Amino acid sequence: MPGKASQPHSAEALDWPAAIHSALKSQRVRQVSYVPDAGHKRLIELCHADRSMTAVPLTTEEEGIGLAAGAWLGGERAALLMQSSGVGNCANALTLAATCGFPLLMLVTMRGEAGERNPWQVPMGQATPEALRLAGVRTLRLGRAEEASAVANTAAKVAFEEQGAVALLISQQLIGVKSFEEKR
Amino acid sequence: MKALNRRAVVASLLERREGLLVVAGLGAPAWDCAAAGDHPLTFPLWGAMGSAAMIGLGLALAQPKRRVLVVTGDGEMLMGLGSLATIGVRRPGNLSIVVLDNERYGETGMQKTHTAYGVDLAAVARACGFATARIIRRSAEVSDVRSGIYRSKGPLFFQVKVKADALPLVLPPRDGAHLKHRFREALLGAQ
Repeated sequence: MPGKASQPHSAEALDWPAAIHSALKSQRVRQVSYVPDAGHKRLIELCHADRSMTAVPLTTEEEGIGLAAGAWLGGERAALLMQSSGVGNCANALTLAATCGFPLLMLVTMRGEAGERNPWQVPMGQATPEALRLAGVRTLRLGRAEEASAVANTAAKVAFEEQGAVALLISQQLIGVKSFEEKR
Repeated sequence: MKALNRRAVVASLLERREGLLVVAGLGAPAWDCAAAGDHPLTFPLWGAMGSAAMIGLGLALAQPKRRVLVVTGDGEMLMGLGSLATIGVRRPGNLSIVVLDNERYGETGMQKTHTAYGVDLAAVARACGFATARIIRRSAEVSDVRSGIYRSKGPLFFQVKVKADALPLVLPPRDGAHLKHRFREALLGAQ
């Protein structure tokens, strides 16, 4: 492994959901809303267990755009977790970020990338980066576990210091591919 | 029975508003709040239809010591129906939602909404776990709404049946960044 990642194989370095959770915590994120994805399973559990955070399950992803705007009006920082299929659900609500300049931090686990076994996940997954761009949301990419802390901190700074709208796209190669085989 | 006048209802809820934080759904509810007096702690929406209740939830969670009121319309609430279920998970005691229900999409030609066909929003809110969820039809009940939103443990939901008449436009500022900044400055001080 080249570069400065001196402990790429340590358990801590590879526990990327914990690294994202730590980044959110250090960036003082208090409200974490989500529509579940298997790729977010551990991060959702960490946020529910964290007494400094309020975890808010949503019925649809666009609710999280409104929640984050309300949190900011009240002086709190929020993050929104979803899979790429949910990005399309957010389109009109993203008006809040584009028109009012509300900070927005989205963490999007990608479906429909390399090795996807459900063809219904492919159209929205493939359109996700461009759909976000059209709606005025910057995208950052997380492809390797050891980069999770640095990239999540960067995304949070884009949201809360630049006061921009940003989506951190978490690559399917990092999460793994859903197998659709019976668990035994 | 004559339905209520929406402007009179909103005026009575927002007079002597103490530290109340208000989110106004787009269209007539935003105009009603503006008619009651533009205020930095009112955040009126001009778009993002369906988001009003969720903005109220985020605000209520961030400011647990302040009372938060969402004033919106039946069409806007219908578009964000799932947010009632989401509020039902966290159940913030300081959040109230008042739906001014004229059974019409007032900004687009007065087409009937689902409530005109009998859909019962208060029953949905009750089923989602709101502490109080009522339909309000009489002016004598408006004082119950007022005392609820300022003092009762929420979340509270009031579906207020109002007349479907088009009233003179009273518009709040429409610059979203300005609305956001003035709200935060009034609530949190200079940032």
